[in-house]
Amino acid sequence: MNSVTAVMAVLLAGIFTSNMVLSRFLGICSFLGVSKKVGTAVSMGVAVTLVMVLATAVTWPIYTFLLVPNGLEYLQTIVFILVIAALVQLMEIVIKRFLKPIYVAFGIYLSLITTNCAVLGITLMNTELANIGLPPYLHALINALAAGLGFLLAMFIFSGIRVRIESSDIPRGLQGLPITLIAAALVSLSFLGFSGI
Amino acid sequence: MSIVLPILLVAGIGLVAGFGLAMASKYLSEPVDELKEKIREALPGANCGGCGFAGCDEYAAAIREGKAEAGLCAPGGKNTAVALSEILGVDVSAQEKRAYVTCNGDCYRAKTKFAYSGLNSCAAAMYYRGPMKCEFGCIGLGDCAAVCDRGAIRVNDGLARVDRELCGGCGKCVTTCPKGVIKLLPESYHNVVACQSTEKGSTVIKQCDIGCIGCMKCVKECKHDAIHVENFLAVIDQSKCTGCDECALVCPRGIIHK
Repeated sequence: MNSVTAVMAVLLAGIFTSNMVLSRFLGICSFLGVSKKVGTAVSMGVAVTLVMVLATAVTWPIYTFLLVPNGLEYLQTIVFILVIAALVQLMEIVIKRFLKPIYVAFGIYLSLITTNCAVLGITLMNTELANIGLPPYLHALINALAAGLGFLLAMFIFSGIRVRIESSDIPRGLQGLPITLIAAALVSLSFLGFSGI
Repeated sequence: MSIVLPILLVAGIGLVAGFGLAMASKYLSEPVDELKEKIREALPGANCGGCGFAGCDEYAAAIREGKAEAGLCAPGGKNTAVALSEILGVDVSAQEKRAYVTCNGDCYRAKTKFAYSGLNSCAAAMYYRGPMKCEFGCIGLGDCAAVCDRGAIRVNDGLARVDRELCGGCGKCVTTCPKGVIKLLPESYHNVVACQSTEKGSTVIKQCDIGCIGCMKCVKECKHDAIHVENFLAVIDQSKCTGCDECALVCPRGIIHK
């Protein structure tokens, strides 16, 4: 496989066939929590994408050059949590100082990402990538980007559906969370259709 | 000895991260605006949006920058007003407020242009400027009731009514109502004109059985100079009204309420 097709394959897999939310069921909390409006859902998606790439950029070297040589792979979860939490806080400080409009657009979502399981999930998965002919570090970064874009896509689709749900006549017993979960299940089923590609 | 390395490693990463964050917050973070923080602490933190800002943080910033008045916070009431006046050194008069629907046009008395059978929402009905002939009146599909946290608004016969006892005066309904028919009045309001149509009397009569026609009878009757007619609509000045009810007795349309 040449490198361009490899990159395309990683992107397609991350966005569609093994979508973070809809196929791997990670990041469900934010998927259900902040998908009420398209605007907030998209800013959350962009913020998650950004954090995923940055977190991978930091955690992959830590895993490869610090944990593996010392035989400490079992520490990866706790170390990654530590690093991601610190990284997100740092990022928030930097963005608040230098990119005020973006900070305002992200609002509280940036700090919420500290505890987002999708971010931890992608960094953990990135340590176990199969060799497909790309430089491993680049592969991990592209995989993180693809997962982030997949999350963004899922958020965008689902928030659109929820806006429609808001204005429809839902039977009383299904109003609120029940209909949201049913809708999430249907979106997830539709994404399973990609799994043959 | 194999336990020492993991402990050192995790502690080391923790130290580096902590030190990095400390440095970042010291050298990179914005200087904290103490006055703004104080204002924010004085606000109740309900984030209700009744003041017209996205939340207490934004409202505090707006007060700090002088873009907003300090007396807009209804849920905070007197405590917030006192705290804010201490911080800002100005006299903030915040009276408790109550929402009031300035319309009397229920489905029997306000005439409709067409039968509306779309989405059960005033905002949706506003797409057609509402089904009522009167441009100013309550649509009665209950967007205000849906947004009220206290269940203080009921829609009966296509007309929203606020329960004065339950209302907390947050003003959410005021910003939600697409017709702007809900007003915030001082908690101790006396007489109110339940109409906000500024159409001429002859037009109002065609549109609604119970709208203000601007006949001036109440103005002549009022001994306290509290009621005036502007644009064919009687408006009562709550600071002058004593609640004597004389205007209500003389109103030919019976739209002045207590």
